[in-house]
Amino acid sequence: MQNLIRFLIKNHFIILFIFIEAFAIFLLINNNNYQQTKFVNFTRTVSGVFYQNVEKFNEYLTLKEKNERLKAENTRLRNLIQKNLEVDSDSFETQVDTNYNQQYEIISAKIINNSVNKQHNYITLNRGKVDGIKPEMGVITRDGIIGVIRGVSDHFSTAISLLNPELKISSKLEKSEFFGPLGWEGQNYRFAYLREIPLHAEVEKNDTIVTSGYSSIFPEGVPVGYVEDFEEKGARFHEIKVRLSVDFKQISEVYIIRNLRKQEQENLENQVEYND
Amino acid sequence: MINLLPRYIISFIIMVLLQVLILNNIQLNGYINPYIYILFILTLPFDTPKWALLVLGFLLGLSIDLFTHTVGMHASATVFLAFLRPGLLNSMEPRGGYEPDSNPSVQDYGLGWFFKYAAFSVFAHHIFLFYIEVFKLEGFFQTLSRAILSGLFSLILILFIKLFIKK
Repeated sequence: MQNLIRFLIKNHFIILFIFIEAFAIFLLINNNNYQQTKFVNFTRTVSGVFYQNVEKFNEYLTLKEKNERLKAENTRLRNLIQKNLEVDSDSFETQVDTNYNQQYEIISAKIINNSVNKQHNYITLNRGKVDGIKPEMGVITRDGIIGVIRGVSDHFSTAISLLNPELKISSKLEKSEFFGPLGWEGQNYRFAYLREIPLHAEVEKNDTIVTSGYSSIFPEGVPVGYVEDFEEKGARFHEIKVRLSVDFKQISEVYIIRNLRKQEQENLENQVEYND
Repeated sequence: MINLLPRYIISFIIMVLLQVLILNNIQLNGYINPYIYILFILTLPFDTPKWALLVLGFLLGLSIDLFTHTVGMHASATVFLAFLRPGLLNSMEPRGGYEPDSNPSVQDYGLGWFFKYAAFSVFAHHIFLFYIEVFKLEGFFQTLSRAILSGLFSLILILFIKLFIKK
């Protein structure tokens, strides 16, 4: 202890320097947008490369299961093509029309880091700026929604997971179209809560909950989960406990959704608000 | 020491105001920006405690930062300069050491000595500052040339002030 104190006194100048300099740089990074993004991008690249290598190894362990899932997906897609061909075969026009009206584009990605056990969970994906990823794009799997892209570096991106109380998704009851914000409250990773559903809305256990499509991030009708339980909260609203359709411990292949008309929609909405 | 205090407080304020109000508006070619507020750190007495150098450096940098909305940038560079000062003064000590009651100034130790002292400090500070500002190593030489050009300009201003304005 005495040695420690002697050491501190002897080197107080350099220790104080390191301390104050670290504080100054801490201030710099925290208060200046430019340096902050630089710093965060740097750490994201470093952690991205690290997690990618870990993931490369982990992939082998779940290879079999993944193959099964991809096979199932393949079959499903093949069936879809069949159906589409039947519809489109008798009219060339519709095909052009659907192309023209395409609003959402899908980019496949792989999760290279994921957590379910924290209060604020984030997901790292192996796609970045180079692949056309931008913040505010939605992330889904075949089973349901995963989260929303928050930050992007050249080859990686981080998404805020649905398992993060900061993320609220506008969702609705598929049957009755009543909608409200759905969010996770930091407890069990299998359940989230849907609020602001009025009492006169009919709710039954195991009803499906899907996205409302009112935000410009997710298309309408992407599955979110199923009603597990519900109770009256206050005098006017139901609070619905939702069993999420995605098991966040088992995701690996995801799709990122790009809304080709997001800009247009938001511009219009802003314009209207502005006019008010 | 006590009756010197008001003088240094005034010097501090003048340096900050001079930098913020006048020199920050000088941007030759949008490229060269002189920073002379570090003159305050340079002219502190020899017997200033080392820890006080660091604290004063931090406060000085932070005051500049508050005006330029770059919290932490000038502060880190000025603290770095304050850290270098004791070592620099030691290595430049004339034979027989520094005389008591003298200041690190042109009047006491001559133009040549002060030029070396100021030049080293200015370039150390500017190079640190410009790299912290761009916060990357891409365009390494462009940043370096900006730092050196601005440094030259600051150095000329500093010498000018010290030669012709007597306190």
